[in-house]
Amino acid sequence: MRLRNPFGRKTKEFPSHLWTQCPSCGEMLFNKQLDRNHNVCQKCGHHFKLGALARIDLLADAKSFSETDADMVSSDPLGFVDSKPYPERIAAAQAKSGHKDAVLTGDAQISGIPVVLAVMDFEFMGGSMGSVVGEKLTRAAERAYSARKPLVIVSASGGARMQEGTIALMQLAKTVAAVARLDDAAIPFISVLTDPTTGGVLASFASLGDIILAEPGALIGFSGARVTSETIGEKLPKGFQRAEFLLEHGFVDQVVPRSQLKERIAFFLNAFRVAGQDLRWSL
Amino acid sequence: MLDRIVGSRRAAEGNGHLAVEAGLITDATQLASTRPTPWQTVQTARNIARPHAHDIISRVFDRFQELHGDRAFRDDPAIIGGIAELGGRPVVVVGQQKGSSTEENIERNFGMPYPEGYRKAMRLYRLAQKFHVPLITLVDTPGAYPGPEAEERGQAEAIASSIQLMTRLAVPVVVVVLGEGGSGGALALGVGDVVLALENATYSVISPEGCAAILWRSASEAERAAVAMKLAGPDLLDTGVADALIREPAGGAHTDHDATAAAIKTALIAQLERLSRVPVADLLSLRYERFRSFGMFVEPSGGTAPAPPRPWWRRILRNPLPKDAL
Repeated sequence: MRLRNPFGRKTKEFPSHLWTQCPSCGEMLFNKQLDRNHNVCQKCGHHFKLGALARIDLLADAKSFSETDADMVSSDPLGFVDSKPYPERIAAAQAKSGHKDAVLTGDAQISGIPVVLAVMDFEFMGGSMGSVVGEKLTRAAERAYSARKPLVIVSASGGARMQEGTIALMQLAKTVAAVARLDDAAIPFISVLTDPTTGGVLASFASLGDIILAEPGALIGFSGARVTSETIGEKLPKGFQRAEFLLEHGFVDQVVPRSQLKERIAFFLNAFRVAGQDLRWSL
Repeated sequence: MLDRIVGSRRAAEGNGHLAVEAGLITDATQLASTRPTPWQTVQTARNIARPHAHDIISRVFDRFQELHGDRAFRDDPAIIGGIAELGGRPVVVVGQQKGSSTEENIERNFGMPYPEGYRKAMRLYRLAQKFHVPLITLVDTPGAYPGPEAEERGQAEAIASSIQLMTRLAVPVVVVVLGEGGSGGALALGVGDVVLALENATYSVISPEGCAAILWRSASEAERAAVAMKLAGPDLLDTGVADALIREPAGGAHTDHDATAAAIKTALIAQLERLSRVPVADLLSLRYERFRSFGMFVEPSGGTAPAPPRPWWRRILRNPLPKDAL
């Protein structure tokens, strides 16, 4: 649908709280409609970022999500100060995003299948993984392990949280060890990569799903553009580090449009459940 | 019972003697009072004359036989590995290799591995597991190579898989950080039962330059970033990232490769001696707990109670119309 504006296209005709311009096709999108379409452009299918709550709405059955470890907040292990102290940054991010940290975890049902669901939110300090994200994801994986429920993690993160230094780096090993246990126990782990998933998150649990799905056009890669250009003195070619690039090179199973994501996850969960019920899932 | 981190602060009372015998530093107070600044430590850790993996391997181990290639793509010269003997017993040793000259550094890609380097490392880890041989890794890298070829071949996947393999490798694993422990590229060799670091080694989530470029928007603030990130030896002891530090010769490891290697050898033999007595199942659960315990957070609720469900009237207030009404 093309918008006709009889008064001509002046920017003030599109106040940003009502309208969003699609960066891909330039179409002006009515925010309410965009919300209803789960932040996907109706015209060209461009996938905007999706907040954690909206993502849970998209994936979990209505009212099935019950959050766990909801009040966990980061302390400041290093006493880190850059242009402002780390606790101030956290407070600002909490105010901006409405979350305590960059991931929400909990129990949920996806098309009737009980799962442990974890959803990251890029709004909170770039979705960066520090102690809280690492601990909540590890607990989610451990809960999936002990309850023998599949684990679904939706990633959206720039990587490890610099303000927590080496402790943040150790979260890579911590989360990987936790999902490795699921692997040993043959409990399905589905990793969904959304825009963006980079750095330490991609270099840990996010790359280890039994099934790895990505959203169209999502930025997915190991090193951020700035690090690359600083280290090798050149920029990555365009189209590098996109979901489709990873699909082509064999690092994701499928690129799935948001509208089909839930049913696709449910399909895989079902397949593994059916296959396992007679053999492995009977305790 | 099990002395998980003999040589760590936490186990110091009961088992400290082993660490002391091996000349390890388990407490920051044991270090000289005039310590180098974090930025000086970064410079020392990067010193081109510092002993690199091959210098250490040739001095610490006997009869090292290098094994090449990941059996899939190519041999990455930034990671070396093979089979050697330590005190008469076989070990598998894998390490990141920096160059000792500019030419060698170009050949070794400055110690920045490609995915095939990590896949070679994984092949050697599996070899160690298959034949029940302990694994020793030597960490010394600015980070995994971030270029386009590395992205194409799945740098992130290679690192993730390598970390995963190490978390459940059913043999004793001892990690020694020789110089720079650069981010995920270092951690791919860094998951072990015991993590030792040379006195002037660093271990960080991102290079000080990278951190400065992102948080201060200027790479020249690297010195401040190095201080803020707490990446030097004493900080690694405090956070538990390293269980113990290996003393370097006065003036730094680059002044005396033989003495450095001798200190590493003593430490390795002591740790392997100890770890080889621990049943593998215990080793694995202790390794899990070692990395499981990293994290600093606060939980006002005590962590057990799930969040109370939102009252129905709050939901209605937030979303007065059903979704399809619009």
